[in-house]
Amino acid sequence: MLAIMFLRQGALCLVFTALLGVAYPLLVTGVAQVAFPDRANGSLVRDGEGRVIGSTLLGQSFTGAGYFHGRPSFAGEGYDAASSGASNLGPTSRDLISTVAARAAAARGDGGATVPVDLVTASGSGLDPHISPQSATFQVSRVAHARGLPEDRVRDLVAGRVEGRQFGILGEPRVNVLALNMALDSLGK
Amino acid sequence: MPMTDSLQLVLFLAMIAASAPLLGRYMARVYEGKGTLLTPILAPVERTLYRLAGAKVDKDQHWTTYALTLLAFNLAGFLLLFAILRLQHLLPFNPQDLAPMGTRLAFNTAVSFVTNTNWQAYSGEVALSDFSQMVGLTTQNFLSAGTGMAVAVAVIQGFSRRSARGIGNFTVDLVRGVLYILLPLSIVLALLLVVQGVPQTLSPYVHATTLEGGRQLIAQGPAASQIAIKQLGTNGGGFFGVNSAHPFENPTPLSNLLEMVSILLIPAAFCFLFGRMVGDTRQGRAIFAAMTLLFLAAFAVVYAAEHAGNPLIPALSVDQTAGNMEGKEVRFGVLNSSLWAVATTAASNGSVNAMHDSFTPMGGMALLLLIQLGEIVFGGVGAGFYGMLLFVILSVFIAGLMVGRTPEYLGKKIEAREVKLGLLALLSMPLGILILGALSTVPAAGLASVQDAGPHGLTELLYAYSSATGNNGSAFAGFGADTPYQNTMLGLAMLLGRYAVILPMLAVAGSLVGKKAHAETAGTFPTHGPLFVGLLVGVILIIGGLTFFPTLALGPLAEQFAMVGGHVY
Repeated sequence: MLAIMFLRQGALCLVFTALLGVAYPLLVTGVAQVAFPDRANGSLVRDGEGRVIGSTLLGQSFTGAGYFHGRPSFAGEGYDAASSGASNLGPTSRDLISTVAARAAAARGDGGATVPVDLVTASGSGLDPHISPQSATFQVSRVAHARGLPEDRVRDLVAGRVEGRQFGILGEPRVNVLALNMALDSLGK
Repeated sequence: MPMTDSLQLVLFLAMIAASAPLLGRYMARVYEGKGTLLTPILAPVERTLYRLAGAKVDKDQHWTTYALTLLAFNLAGFLLLFAILRLQHLLPFNPQDLAPMGTRLAFNTAVSFVTNTNWQAYSGEVALSDFSQMVGLTTQNFLSAGTGMAVAVAVIQGFSRRSARGIGNFTVDLVRGVLYILLPLSIVLALLLVVQGVPQTLSPYVHATTLEGGRQLIAQGPAASQIAIKQLGTNGGGFFGVNSAHPFENPTPLSNLLEMVSILLIPAAFCFLFGRMVGDTRQGRAIFAAMTLLFLAAFAVVYAAEHAGNPLIPALSVDQTAGNMEGKEVRFGVLNSSLWAVATTAASNGSVNAMHDSFTPMGGMALLLLIQLGEIVFGGVGAGFYGMLLFVILSVFIAGLMVGRTPEYLGKKIEAREVKLGLLALLSMPLGILILGALSTVPAAGLASVQDAGPHGLTELLYAYSSATGNNGSAFAGFGADTPYQNTMLGLAMLLGRYAVILPMLAVAGSLVGKKAHAETAGTFPTHGPLFVGLLVGVILIIGGLTFFPTLALGPLAEQFAMVGGHVY
């Protein structure tokens, strides 16, 4: 009696697997691939020759003085898009507080005495593609100096790249670092 | 609170308040077997599934048979998922050639997904093939949610039916919930998420050469279909390691809003389904009000704490007007991170869009307490509602004691048997959190998982056992969960938190369903007004508070005082 019940429930489970684990995701994949191929495949960004540079949705590592920098990252060795991760340090962690202080000290030369908080704290994903508009403005003079560009020109570029809240309400104002740096590169050309 | 933040909060609450009653009405029709718009398409599939499982729509089960069928179904699901995880290297759709999961981690993961916990001791993009994610996990996301919803419907039948013997049919309740409620909502949400940028592909990971000339390997997969059901079914298990903080899981503020609403949608709808099924919509609204009150109180604490930032970071060198941003994403900021955190711990969802481990002590404590109260502030799909009914039973019992009358709820006498069974179910939380949690502080194998020093370390451990027992699944993720000791013990905590509540609650339903309903008299304590809502909230806070306050004092409260006093560990 119990064995029969178990076998029947097992069979039900298998059919459900075919429906929910195979048919459902394949249906969504099919529709997504046909209707929104770009977004369904990771919103990839390519250069002029079709090589993949990254994804508009993912941050990547920038260390040169001539590029705007993203947030500190704990994804793998930093911005590893196959190993997302965060510091997960608690608010009273000595490690956290000293790391933040060191980052602030290192950034201070860029644009002022007080560094915006998002530039010295690690993101949740380690792949945050954005910084706050304040953090972008904070880096303007360093980037302009490194590239030999007038500061006003770089500042205008940043101002034009600030994304407002979605529909004017949702989320926070932000700047996509990869998009900003690509615009910066084409400015020089 | 800035205007922009209040607007987003109000919009979120309005979306829940507007959609939950409509969905609740639809769900009541589904579970009562009445026709809906989708019946012509889905009825043939529904009938096939019944035939396969040998279920008949009009054949009600005694609560013991209902429970046995449920256990058999969940056991089959566990074995299937365990096998998939152990054999993924031999199965198709493994473009990255990932190795099989170890035995204990596979046990932990299979238990986790079958119990609707979705605690993840692994990182998705590193450990799981597309086959395991889709065929294994996505399936259980649906089925564990459907199981919880079925139990809630059975418990509601215990109140709504009169002098009956059976509490419904498990297979029928399960199939209806999955086919008519979870599946259509998931298809819609999955496609909306793709529009916002969530990937849905079976291609291998993509190699990129970054602007600075570095290499970046971009992990993706069939993410949207899994994320839709993980939110709607209060599962919470992410496709990627960092869950909905990952820009591919949650790319925009709109995807964030849709995912947040999806967390609370079905749990909130259950209040209104309840009102319909017992024939008194005021009863459902009262429970919705109690849940909303507790939700808003928790949100106020978390938001205030996160907005204030971390006083240990010197104000002269860092501008913290944006709040505590460690572990948070710029596109969400403090408001959306706090709101999500409260929603995901109020409901037993457990997906995160910011790292709870890096929340301020008071913010983290409110999240922890929401889980410890028993996941009843909206709670898991179904699970939250039958958990809340347990507190309702206790509240009318206490009210009955105060006025010296036999307590009644919806015309049914609440007697010793129901109260005893209810208390039995209630004990699973302290047993899993306090006893198993305390046990983990003794052996070196248990302590090794703690990452942070000082009181925060204790909070990490408490949070892990609370999350497992409450079937939440979120974590203070610095906690090293993937060890043989924790995989086993947390697996047991999840089983305890799930079945040690389901079985007594089904017994309560079985006991209530046979009772006659008494007509309301002048002496009946009304359970739909503000007085009852206040009593219910009070009972929840007193029971949860008294049980867990000592541990909260040693963990987050001690850390708060240390932080204000300028101590680091």
